[in-house]
Amino acid sequence: MSEIATLKIWRGEDRDGGRWDIHAVPFERGQSVLDGLRWIRANRDPTLAVRFSCINANACKECMMELDGKTVYACTARLEPREMTLTPLSNKKLVRDLVTEIAPPAERLAMKDA
Amino acid sequence: MIAEPMRIDTDVLVIGSGAAGMYAAIEAARAGCRVCLVDRSLIGRGGATVMAQMTVAVALGEETPDHWLHHYHDTLTAGRGLCNEELSRLLCEQGPECIREMDDWGVGWARRDGHIAQAFAPGHDRPRCVYVDFLSTGPAVSKTLRSVVYKMPGIRRAGDVCVFDLLKADGEVVGAAAWHAGSGAPVLISAKATVVATGGLTRLYRRNSASANMGGDGYALCLRAGAPLVDMEFVQFFPIGHLAPRLIGMDPIMWDPFRYKLGGRLLNRDLEEFTERYGVAEDGRYVITRDLGTYAILKEVEAGRGSPHGGAYLSFQHVPEERLREAFGPVIDRLAANGIDLTKMPVEVAPIAHYHMGGVAADARMQTEVPGLLVAGEAVGGANGANRLSGNAITEALVFGRQAGRSAAARARSMRTQPPAASAAREALDLIARDGRKDAPNPAAMMERLQAVMADDVGPLRTQTGLARALVCIDGLASELGERPFGGAVRFDMQRLEWFDLRNMLTVARCVATAAQARTESRGAHQREDFPAMREEWRANQMLRLRGDRLELSRLPAPAAEVAAQ
Repeated sequence: MSEIATLKIWRGEDRDGGRWDIHAVPFERGQSVLDGLRWIRANRDPTLAVRFSCINANACKECMMELDGKTVYACTARLEPREMTLTPLSNKKLVRDLVTEIAPPAERLAMKDA
Repeated sequence: MIAEPMRIDTDVLVIGSGAAGMYAAIEAARAGCRVCLVDRSLIGRGGATVMAQMTVAVALGEETPDHWLHHYHDTLTAGRGLCNEELSRLLCEQGPECIREMDDWGVGWARRDGHIAQAFAPGHDRPRCVYVDFLSTGPAVSKTLRSVVYKMPGIRRAGDVCVFDLLKADGEVVGAAAWHAGSGAPVLISAKATVVATGGLTRLYRRNSASANMGGDGYALCLRAGAPLVDMEFVQFFPIGHLAPRLIGMDPIMWDPFRYKLGGRLLNRDLEEFTERYGVAEDGRYVITRDLGTYAILKEVEAGRGSPHGGAYLSFQHVPEERLREAFGPVIDRLAANGIDLTKMPVEVAPIAHYHMGGVAADARMQTEVPGLLVAGEAVGGANGANRLSGNAITEALVFGRQAGRSAAARARSMRTQPPAASAAREALDLIARDGRKDAPNPAAMMERLQAVMADDVGPLRTQTGLARALVCIDGLASELGERPFGGAVRFDMQRLEWFDLRNMLTVARCVATAAQARTESRGAHQREDFPAMREEWRANQMLRLRGDRLELSRLPAPAAEVAAQ
């Protein structure tokens, strides 16, 4: 029987609201947590928001989130055949689901303007 | 309900913040322009630049005498008769200036005995490639440009800005319509000149070596704005992309610098060297060019002699452990964490989509056919012909970026008034005015289907049957996608993001497959199984234009080979 990883993911746009989604993900040795999240988006729920760019190289530094309460890059954190809890960075402004505002202030679109 | 769009007025709009976009922004700001640098992701972190490993080709002649003409000659040879020689020349001739300016900005090119070190790479006639470190040249280039951009007055930076259409008035590009991923809000940018620096199209393929934001956005934006594309059939596959065992935290093209340093042996299932069968004996040295390496590995797999996961073995087992450690230091430990011990086992490698030779047609000023619209970096087609030489991509990004910034500034300064973007934006903004349908298909799954058909039927080895099958699949996906975006104007709606990505990717996929179908020969990165020879009548470039909803393909004979240098 093939093993599975269970990803428990925080979803929402408001820290005080939100919900938990739980997904069983096929597990293959050597995979990353981001592999699991991308599998969920393509096979279960495309509404899950997660920020990533380079996918595997740990070059873009976009996929920061918390795994069991510790800050990780989802692309280098190993997927494991157990329940893993994923939450947005707690020290950054929440955007949605696992996405937080990680850009330096001078690189954000200033919403007043022009 | 959609909000009133946020409006930005600028002299020069730069779309994309890899090396090309950042250099363009710096150059335009130096000329006194107000610049707005936008990226669909974080500024200076996505794209291809940050993923570059080691080599940057430039005729500095620091260690070995060199002249840009030699570099030019090698570039044209690699391009198999199809280079736009004006663009190749610009790349090679101005490379040294940009590389030295990067040095002044503190990029930290590696030095030996007081000279900038230059490494040998396949296809070059002498050691020509500067580097910072063997795995982190790209990040160093990105970081250096980011800090110059940061200090430069006049450059406004905005990430998470997804440009989805260029705006035109009286036949000229006057800015762009975008939406802000962080909020879902529409953004309307008016610009006197617009530089598209969005990189290539590697995301069209299942296995690729660049960021997820390289879906060919710029090609589609420019095509819809009326600018022709050139050489779209020439997608470069990097022959030795990592395949197995699963390796995380490393770029899949990481074996390239290992091969520069240690040679390494490419082996088939039976642990035999095989490249000689395809015309190149390596003898432990790294000499095979990218197009030939890709061809040799895929042919070996096809003959039933591939490695277990469908590639080739790359082995360093003959290299003593001390030498491996000396060459690669801590990387050896990162490999160990992934269960890879190079002294005991080979790894598996296979071709991986890496770079696009084709792109938007532009002249040596980086001006497209449409006034107000410039391009830079990998978005530009033609400088590398049918096959790019190792090391030319970062050089091209810097040189073309600088030139595009200059040309954009010249145009912006000649214009008195801000062009009228608002009236041109009505139709574009209508696209994001409403929420998408509730029963929309999963766009992430559609993306995987597109990547699969591109890899299987529009990859390095092509046939009429496969290309026709791909076009049918692309049409099917396009009708599933429909005319109205999925998702809504909420924060970070990835279904909406992916709808716009697919809209561009499907257009660009159709361009690649259409041009590949028409080219009934094999040349460089375009290999037709049903037309295996290179044919003189195909020493021609193909241009694609959009006429209404239809792609129109035309063929222009390439100018007689000049090959100036010897």
